Amino acid sequence: MSNNEYLFAAYAATWIIHIVYLGTIVSRYSRLKREIEELKKPAVRS
Amino acid sequence: MLFFSLLVVVVFSFSFDPSAEESRQIAGGLVWVAFLFAAVVALNQTWAREIRNQVLDAYRVSPAPANSLFMAKTLGNFIFVSVLEALMTPLFIAFYRLRALGPAWELMVVAVLGTWALVVNGTFFAAMSLRTRSREIMLPLLLFPISIPAILAMVQATTAILNGEGARFWIVLLATYDLVFTTVCLLLFETVLNAE
Amino acid sequence: MKRAFPILGVLTAILLSYALYQALVGAPTEQTMGDVQRIFYYHVPSAWTAFILFFVNFGASVFYLTKRRPAADIVALVSAEVGVVFCTVVLVTGPIWARPVWGIWWTWDMRLTSTLVLWLIYVSYLFLRRFSSSGQTPTLAAALAVLGALCVPFVYFSIWFFRTQHPQPVMGGGGSIDPRMLHVLLINWLAFSCFAFLVCWSRYRLESLQREVDQAHALESLLGARGSAR
Repeated sequence: MSNNEYLFAAYAATWIIHIVYLGTIVSRYSRLKREIEELKKPAVRS
Repeated sequence: MLFFSLLVVVVFSFSFDPSAEESRQIAGGLVWVAFLFAAVVALNQTWAREIRNQVLDAYRVSPAPANSLFMAKTLGNFIFVSVLEALMTPLFIAFYRLRALGPAWELMVVAVLGTWALVVNGTFFAAMSLRTRSREIMLPLLLFPISIPAILAMVQATTAILNGEGARFWIVLLATYDLVFTTVCLLLFETVLNAE
Repeated sequence: MKRAFPILGVLTAILLSYALYQALVGAPTEQTMGDVQRIFYYHVPSAWTAFILFFVNFGASVFYLTKRRPAADIVALVSAEVGVVFCTVVLVTGPIWARPVWGIWWTWDMRLTSTLVLWLIYVSYLFLRRFSSSGQTPTLAAALAVLGALCVPFVYFSIWFFRTQHPQPVMGGGGSIDPRMLHVLLINWLAFSCFAFLVCWSRYRLESLQREVDQAHALESLLGARGSAR
């Protein structure tokens, strides 16, 4: 029944949207962690 | 602005060329979209002079209540936009051969309430957008979503009156909307003015 | 506190899996629409979750306007963002459901239309947060959130009346619901609420960390400027 394709599409779309959003959180978090590592390094005195 | 109103009406006329019967169905929507467009153009400039002359900084320091500034601005904008509407309306009536089946004074009530709804929120959001990036796009971006119930009411009321149907629900909704949002904008304007 | 997160994560994952199973297999098949109706178990809980999150945004915004606590501002931001995500799910699953059932992608059904307007209002809120100058953002955003929240009853009233004048097909069917379906619906709602909570928590942690880093940067450039001025 082709209607089941719509069912699958709806559930897939839901999880794709959530995973994409979580992905942005995770990538921003790791970028931030790297920045913090940079900040923690002793500052170069010029 | 006179020429601008004419341009708006003419451009809309090219987009929609309905018969007299059809025009009564869609004229409500057309007219209000045109008015909304004109209002946004007017509102974008509303605080321009104040910014140029650093009036807002002076106002923050003065003891005068912020909401009187807001009321004054809003009334000024209301008058200005109403003038634009008054210029555009005869053109619309002529180009679309409009004739109201319902009482015309009710159309005036809808025009006043609807314009006020757009102007009160528009003035408020224009003040909010002052120090944002892309100021000109920020105003419609903020104004349109929140105005949707009011716009729906204005359009439906106008269409109903043009077609001789009852518009009481929409008029009451619009009046309530005006009351609520005018009050809240007045209450919050001081906060927005001093936001930093 | 940090221990709790992975544990809750696993529990939520289990709950979501169970809810998914119930939605696809456990729940009885609907008579008129068939299996496609099972979209309901994702569509409706997402809507309820979004509404709750927008309500939290309203509360946090009012709290910020009265108490000026930065934490309230972060809660407002987080709840709006996650609310928009859930709202997007509603607006995507809605048409996917409408298409096989009524042959149309969109209907000015009361719920879908109101959700669309709600989505527009909160997306505009997020735009304001993105584009306003950072000193002003919390206050302006809070003011906008209050106006947006006050708009919601008007949205519902106006669209309700509009729809009674122009009747449209009703999503999710009107009237009573089979108790077994209600049970599955509530399970999915619980699962998505837990999920939403964890997403908000992560986003909150990210935002607080981001602000700390920004402050550190600001401090560094301040001190660095003074250092080089010597």
